Amino acid sequence: MNKRKLEEAFFKGLMLLSTSIVVGSLLAVFAVVILNGAPALSLSMLTQTPKGGYYLGKEGGILNAIIGSVYLAIGATALAFLLSLPIALYLNEYARKSRFASLTRLSLDVLWGIPSIVYGAFAFIIMLYLGARASLLWGIITVSLFVFPIMTRAIDEVMKMSPFKLREASYALGSTRLETALKVVTRQALPGMLTAVLLAFGRGIGDAASVLLTAGYTDSVPHSLFDPVATLPLAVFFQLGTPIPEVQQRAYASGVILLVLVLLLSIASRLSTRKFMKYVIK
Amino acid sequence: MFKPHISIQGLNVFYGERHVLKDITVDIPERRITAIIGPSGCGKTTLLKSLNRLTDLIDGVKVSGKVLVDGVNIFDNGIDVTEIRKKMGLIAQMPNPLPMSIYDNTAYGPRIHGMIDEKELDQLVENCLRGAGLWDEVKERLKEPASKLSLGQQQRLCLARALAVKPEYLLCDEPTSALDPISAQYIETQLLTIKKSYTIVFVTHVLRQARRLADYVIFLYLGELIEHGPAETVFTQPSNPRTRAYIEGVFG
Repeated sequence: MNKRKLEEAFFKGLMLLSTSIVVGSLLAVFAVVILNGAPALSLSMLTQTPKGGYYLGKEGGILNAIIGSVYLAIGATALAFLLSLPIALYLNEYARKSRFASLTRLSLDVLWGIPSIVYGAFAFIIMLYLGARASLLWGIITVSLFVFPIMTRAIDEVMKMSPFKLREASYALGSTRLETALKVVTRQALPGMLTAVLLAFGRGIGDAASVLLTAGYTDSVPHSLFDPVATLPLAVFFQLGTPIPEVQQRAYASGVILLVLVLLLSIASRLSTRKFMKYVIK
Repeated sequence: MFKPHISIQGLNVFYGERHVLKDITVDIPERRITAIIGPSGCGKTTLLKSLNRLTDLIDGVKVSGKVLVDGVNIFDNGIDVTEIRKKMGLIAQMPNPLPMSIYDNTAYGPRIHGMIDEKELDQLVENCLRGAGLWDEVKERLKEPASKLSLGQQQRLCLARALAVKPEYLLCDEPTSALDPISAQYIETQLLTIKKSYTIVFVTHVLRQARRLADYVIFLYLGELIEHGPAETVFTQPSNPRTRAYIEGVFG
């Protein structure tokens, strides 16, 4: 009896330890980034593009990278969603448990595991072949390529969880597969789909490797899909790489901005999920 | 005295290697309540779901034989299965409202079948909710999620939703087994009220319920059709010893 209680206490302790390590690391990351970045954070950082000498510590901001990241992540998430939704619907309502479906899921899982730099290199080869230059468009294409497997599998999983009885109810009323997929399954899965989209957005906005070769880097805000574009992760990367302390601080400040962007989006999506949850059948 | 409305001829259903319905041949009478009775696992639900081809949704299912609805075999190639299902409302064992409002649940069927006129829909939704005995409880909150209703109300909503596609048949799969006694009685009363207009097939393993509702009885045992006939005959003078044993409560 005593041994069992001891066991219980020991493993509970272990779980608490793991949990606190994870939560602690998260807080540590926040702390390091904020403490290092705070001195460099200023209004001009948010509202100005880099002026001459910015990378030597002179005035200017990283508005170019903020806008660039937002454009890129929104574009890539939207493009990935256009691919993901049909795939997830097809897997769940048409292919179901067929061999084709399991092969597709396997491929997506493999794609999920490929490092983003490989996607960058892959897109770069195609760009060379087509004679295309690094631009917002190619950045969007590359990022969407590497986030769509994540998004698709996440949507696929929430759709799989939507109860069979809902599909049965819909079919029993004479729905086609498409109607069942779009009007019932999609509605039931909506909150989960939002989470999937957010997950993909977070991965997309935070990735440096995939856009290193494909999006280019520029000090100005892009005006069209064919302009090169700066992103926050690359801004962090380049600024950290300089030997000048002020610029390194700005790298952390850019990190803070990136964190805040993702955080704001998380909160917004939590709030809107609550609204979508209203109709979900438990 | 009973006019057949569905004619089942030599129906066999396999789930993979399992032979769940064995050579069933029986007619289901028009505008009556037909109860399918028998112990758990005897194939009652499978027989019911064969009538609107919901069996299609089960992986690895094989069906042979015929089910004639209005003289047409619904398992023929080229049959529009959505048309078949539209003719048959289904009330499932667990209430299964769709993830939308009370109103949209009721209007779901008519909408997919092409009804778009708002006034027409409003009228239909009201009529169907009245027909299911739910209108007075929900008329003030039609826009609320269906999931907010109690289980008993949800089941009546499912009845309303089924009625909304103007079916000729109602297929009920133990529709009261998950409900409290009062809601269950409510559903039974509604079914008895509307049975003059619909051919109702009712699966149950509660014999008392079958006695209360059924005009015609089909007794299944281990996938075989043991006996069928008018309710009075089956309940009072069953011809097969297994039917008699089941009705007397020897097993089941």
